[in-house]
Amino acid sequence: MELSFQTVMSQVMLGLNNGVFYAILSLGLAVIFGLLNIVNFAHGALYMLGAYVALLGFTSLGPLIGMPDFHLNYWAALIVAPLVVGAVGIVIEKTMLSRLYKFDHLYGLLLTFGLALIIQGVFTNFFNVSGDPYEAKPEILNGAVNLGFMMFPKYRLWVICISLLVCFGTWYVIERTKLGSFLRAGTENPELVKAFGVNVPLMITLTYGYGVALAAFAGVLAAPIYSVSPVMGSEMIITVFAVVVIGGMGSIMGSIITGLLLGMVEGFTKVVYAPASSTVIFLIMVVVLLVKPAGLFGRES
Amino acid sequence: MSKSLWIILVVVGLVAPFIVYPVFMMKLLCFALFACAFNLLLGYTGLLSFGHAAFFGGASYVTGYLVKTGGLTPELGILGGTLFAALLGYLVGSLAIRRQGIYFAMITLALAQIVYFIALKAPFTGGEDGLQGIPRGKLFGMIDLGQTYSIGGSPVALNLYYFIFALFCLGFWVIYRTINSPFGQVLKAIRENEPRAVSLGYKVERFKLMAFVISAALAGMAGSMKSLVFQLASLTDVSWHTSGEVVLMTLLGGVGTVLGPLVGAFTVITLQSELSSVGSWITVIIGVTFVVCVLLFRRGFVGELGRLLKKSL
Repeated sequence: MELSFQTVMSQVMLGLNNGVFYAILSLGLAVIFGLLNIVNFAHGALYMLGAYVALLGFTSLGPLIGMPDFHLNYWAALIVAPLVVGAVGIVIEKTMLSRLYKFDHLYGLLLTFGLALIIQGVFTNFFNVSGDPYEAKPEILNGAVNLGFMMFPKYRLWVICISLLVCFGTWYVIERTKLGSFLRAGTENPELVKAFGVNVPLMITLTYGYGVALAAFAGVLAAPIYSVSPVMGSEMIITVFAVVVIGGMGSIMGSIITGLLLGMVEGFTKVVYAPASSTVIFLIMVVVLLVKPAGLFGRES
Repeated sequence: MSKSLWIILVVVGLVAPFIVYPVFMMKLLCFALFACAFNLLLGYTGLLSFGHAAFFGGASYVTGYLVKTGGLTPELGILGGTLFAALLGYLVGSLAIRRQGIYFAMITLALAQIVYFIALKAPFTGGEDGLQGIPRGKLFGMIDLGQTYSIGGSPVALNLYYFIFALFCLGFWVIYRTINSPFGQVLKAIRENEPRAVSLGYKVERFKLMAFVISAALAGMAGSMKSLVFQLASLTDVSWHTSGEVVLMTLLGGVGTVLGPLVGAFTVITLQSELSSVGSWITVIIGVTFVVCVLLFRRGFVGELGRLLKKSL
C-alpha cells in the first residue's frame, strides 16, 4: 500500500479527533476516581445521554413544550446537555453512590454498571440502535480548511480545539488554583480536609457532577460526527477503560496525553493495517501491563 | 453443609426433566456452573473479573468448531473448549493480576473485548451469525445425545440432559473441593488481607493465577455445555453483557456462598424466560436488579439467609 504523507496525516488527524474524546472521557474518569475512588462505569452511558439531550433538544423539545418552531441549537446544547447530565449525576451521587463509600470500591463499579444498563436499555427501547443523525451542525462549521498538508473538515478541527481547551482548562483549575488545591488535598486525605472546615461531601458531589458533565459535553461534540445511537457509549467506555489502564488514573495530565496519543495511534493503525485498528489500544494495554504494570503515568499504590 | 441437602439437590436434578421444561433446566445448569466458577474468583479470592464471557463464549466457539467442523465427539469437544478456556485464562490472568482492585476489573474487561473482536472478525466464527447448527453427536461415539424420549407428549433429549447434569456435578464438585482445600484457605486469606498473606510467605500471585485458571476453565466448560444444548455459539456469549450477567447472578445469589450462584442463576434465568415478552426492557430490568442489589442487599439471597440462620451456606 502507498503510505503517502497525506494519507498518514489525514488518518492521524482523524485519530486525534477520536483522541480528544478519549482524553475528555478518561479525564472525567480520573477526576471522579481521584476523589470518589470509584470507576464510573456509567460514563459511557452519560456520554450517550449528552448526545441525546442535544438531539432531542433539537428535534422534540419544541413540540413537547407546545412551541413547534423551537429548536435547541448546537451552541445552546453544548451548555444545556452538560448541565442536564451534570444534574443527573448529582442526583445519582446523592441518592446512591454516597451510600457506598464505606464499602468495598467494587460496589461503586457494580452500581454504575447497573445504571449504565438502565440508561442504555431505556434508550434502546425508544431509539434506533443503528443511530439517528444529528442535523443541527451550525453553518459556520461546515466545509473544510486547508491545513497546508491536507484539507481538514472545519467541524472536526473545532472539536479538537475546544476539547483541548476544556481538557487543559480542567487541568489548570485542578493543578494551579486554590479550588483545585482543595480537590487534590481531598484526594490525599479527606478527613484532614474536613477538619479544615471544607465541605468535603459537597465537593465530592460536585466533582461527580463535573466529571459526568464533561462526558455529556463530549457527547454533544460527537453527535454531528457519529450518528447518535443508544450503544455509542458502551462501545466507547470499554476503549476508554483501556486508555485509563494504559495511562493510570493518578495523573490528570497523564490521562489527557494518553487519550490524545492513543487516538492518533489508532488513526495511524488504520493506514498501516486497518483490521487491527479496533484492537490496537487493547494490544498496547497488554504491552504496557507487561513493561510498566502501574501504567505510563501511574504510581503503584 | 449437611449431607441431606446435597442428596435433595441431586435428586431434584435427576427428576427435573420430568417436571420442568428440560431446555430451561439445561440452560440453568450451564449458567449456574458459569456463576459458580465466577464466584470462585470473586467470592473466594476477592478478584472481580469483568471479562468472564471471554472464557464462556470463547470455549463455546471452540467446542462448536471442533464438533461441527472437526467432527469430534461431544466429550472431546467439551474437553477442547475447557482446555482452551484454561489456556486463555492463564494468559488473561497473568496480565490482569499485575494490577489490583478496580484496575483488575477494567483489564479483564478490555482483554475480553479482544476476544469479542476475534469472534466478530475471524473467518471460522461465522461473524454476526455465530456458529449455528452445532451437532450434538454421539457421546464416546456410542450414546446419541440428540435422541429424544416422549415425556408427557413432548420430546425430551434425556441423554443430553443427564450428560449436562453429570458435567455440572463434576464442575461443582471441583469448585467445592477447591474451596474446602488448604489451597482454598489460602485464597480466602488473600481475599481477607493480601499483605498479610504475603507476609506469611505465600506466593500470592501464583495462588491468584491458579484460581483464575480454574475459574476460567470451568467457565469455559459451562460455555462448551451451552453450545451443545443450544447448538449455537454466538457473539452474545462473548459480549460484555454476558460478563455483567454472571456478575449479577453471583451478586444476587450471594458472593462467597456455595449455593448463592445457583440461586442467582436460577433467579436471572427465570426472569429472562418469564419476561421474554418485554423484549429489550429486560436490559433495564437487569440494570435495576443490579442497582437494588448493590444498594440494599449486598450479601445476596443466600448470604442474607445465612445471616438469619447464623450459618455459612
